Amino acid sequence: MIYNQKTSIKLSLLLFGGISFQACYQAMSQENSTEKYAIVSKKREISNDTLPSSFGFGRKATQVEIDRLDIDVRPDGKGLPAGSGLAAKGKLIFDAKCFACHGVGGIGGPNGSLVTNKAPVAAARKEKTIGNYWPYATTVFDYIRRAMPFNEPGSLTNEEVYHLTAYLLRANEIIDENTVINAKTLPKIEMPARDLFIPDDRKGGPEIR
Amino acid sequence: MKMERLVEIAQKFPKKLSRRKLLGGAATAAVAIIQTAKGQTIQKGLSENLIGDDPTKKFGKPAGEVGSRSPFVKSVKKPSDISSRSPLQDFYGIITPSDLHFERHHAGVPAIDPSKHELLIHGLVEKPLIFTVTDLKRFPSVSRIAFLECSGNFRGGKENLTPQEICGLTSQSEWTGVKLSTLFNEVGVKPNATWFLAEGGDAAVLTRSIPVKKGWDDAIIAYAQNGEPLRPEQGFPVRLFLPGWEGNTGVKWLRRLELSDAPYYTREETSKYTEPIKDGKYRIFSFDIDARSIITFPSYPQKVEKGWIEIRGLAWSGRGKVVRVEVSTDAGKNWKIAQLNEPVLDKAHIQFRHLWQWKGEETEILSRVTDETGYTQPTLKQLFEARGSEGGYHMNPITAWQVKKDGGVLFKPETFR
Ligand code: HEC
Repeated sequence: MIYNQKTSIKLSLLLFGGISFQACYQAMSQENSTEKYAIVSKKREISNDTLPSSFGFGRKATQVEIDRLDIDVRPDGKGLPAGSGLAAKGKLIFDAKCFACHGVGGIGGPNGSLVTNKAPVAAARKEKTIGNYWPYATTVFDYIRRAMPFNEPGSLTNEEVYHLTAYLLRANEIIDENTVINAKTLPKIEMPARDLFIPDDRKGGPEIR
Repeated sequence: MKMERLVEIAQKFPKKLSRRKLLGGAATAAVAIIQTAKGQTIQKGLSENLIGDDPTKKFGKPAGEVGSRSPFVKSVKKPSDISSRSPLQDFYGIITPSDLHFERHHAGVPAIDPSKHELLIHGLVEKPLIFTVTDLKRFPSVSRIAFLECSGNFRGGKENLTPQEICGLTSQSEWTGVKLSTLFNEVGVKPNATWFLAEGGDAAVLTRSIPVKKGWDDAIIAYAQNGEPLRPEQGFPVRLFLPGWEGNTGVKWLRRLELSDAPYYTREETSKYTEPIKDGKYRIFSFDIDARSIITFPSYPQKVEKGWIEIRGLAWSGRGKVVRVEVSTDAGKNWKIAQLNEPVLDKAHIQFRHLWQWKGEETEILSRVTDETGYTQPTLKQLFEARGSEGGYHMNPITAWQVKKDGGVLFKPETFR
């Protein structure tokens, strides 16, 4: 249950009269105590659920401010920056900055494999990797850029992230050695796990799903 | 008053002759000041003669700036590398003390100066706006008591597990903030916006895609928890709170919301937080937490005595109110309706209890909850039958405790897998 504005304000009126408003809107009433009752009557309007169409709080975001934070990438490629990557260059970066945690060639590191191990494994459960479990290639770029390397997040250039993305796709045998990864090609890549997922089919009720 | 006067005097004394000394050892229950042979003053832990003292004969600890837990109460979370679990077995009532709220984060707890923190809302909106924390607090506020549970919250497999270890990644607070719908109105969400991306300001810059409908329904941009600003571990200074939805969607340290006409398929909603179902498929965007209950007393490693026992536990559902909790004291053969302690809130932990006269026989005790949609908490076997036996997120099986002849209580792991 959400205590809606209406009930809670009515309740506080009932219990404390105007006092609770003084407390809630102290800053305003301190400024000009003669306006106190005007504020109370305005609040009564809100208690009738007539919220103003705009409170006017907050400031307009400039495009520069938005661009500084807007780093997400969608499966359709929206948000991918300029630049391009190649698997061979990505391997050099991976061997320097990633293999300690994710294993040589992206297999078997202490923080999980990123590449599907083609060799038969003894483990009952096969590891989920970019190659067998990620439905969209754009997620590889988005995630590495925002969170990796774990010990130095946000330190890679867009170009480096493109190279690493190309390397991990190549290591998972999704692209070949010469495929250039950029804003145009990355969204077009068909991932092996593309059709692995179905939207939540639970809906409450007696059935166990 | 005389005692207040005494404290006042004590406060005026130079540091060396401390207030504690003046008031004697009883100034604090847990530590005593000891003078060593070399004349050093050291603090020493609780000694018997202190406990033995008659508290009605000694002035107690003076009023302080923040409260403390009794030194006789040891209630702690259980941390791992990536999370920390709430001691469910220690709780009374339904509110989780804020310092015992579970933690799960993906790159540690960031240190954020609230005066520098802002929330940007942009994308498919009429007016992209930036709100400071102060701005957010000026909007009409909303408060709601609701649980928060991580969807990866089930452990089993061995007998010596506590409720904390089995499912301690759930906690409950009173959350206060501004309704997201209020902010949606302020920025003017466009009609073609169907999803929004929520992004955290931690080192994981964690992102989740959320249907816009949830934003209009009951989402809260929370800045307070149990009457005080959010704890850093819970997202200080601002977080998203989505009642009834898996914890990971309630993005902490919230810095940005982008309205969109499609989900983003972020790593947290593809590689993680997806679970196996039948036919080799995996479920994606499974937000709701299904109904669950657990008996927290008696539980491992407690011991019970013959006679009357009030079986107690927690029950909750992300889909609405709990309507019924049943308890079995004969290994699931018979079920009795448990008492529900008020308040029974929507999408909230509630407390149930059931009186049982234990005659010393070996048995198993279990609980199962039914919510207002008519969903009844399943057994692990039923879950495996419905989804396959790989396990994964959103596991909410009935928990059984074995009560041994000597009164010892053990978790009952299910072995048919
Ligand atoms: C210090 C150890 C460390 C280093 C170095 C590191 N990672 Fe990671 N990586 C992790 C951890 C830990 C996780 C899991 C984080 C989580 O779950 O929140 C992870 C997760 C990932 C994932 C997601 C895996 C999945 O299946 O969901 C990718 C992709 C990844 N890292 C790529 C990289 C790349 C590329 C580099 C090098 C630029 C790198 N990592 C360097 C520790 C590391």
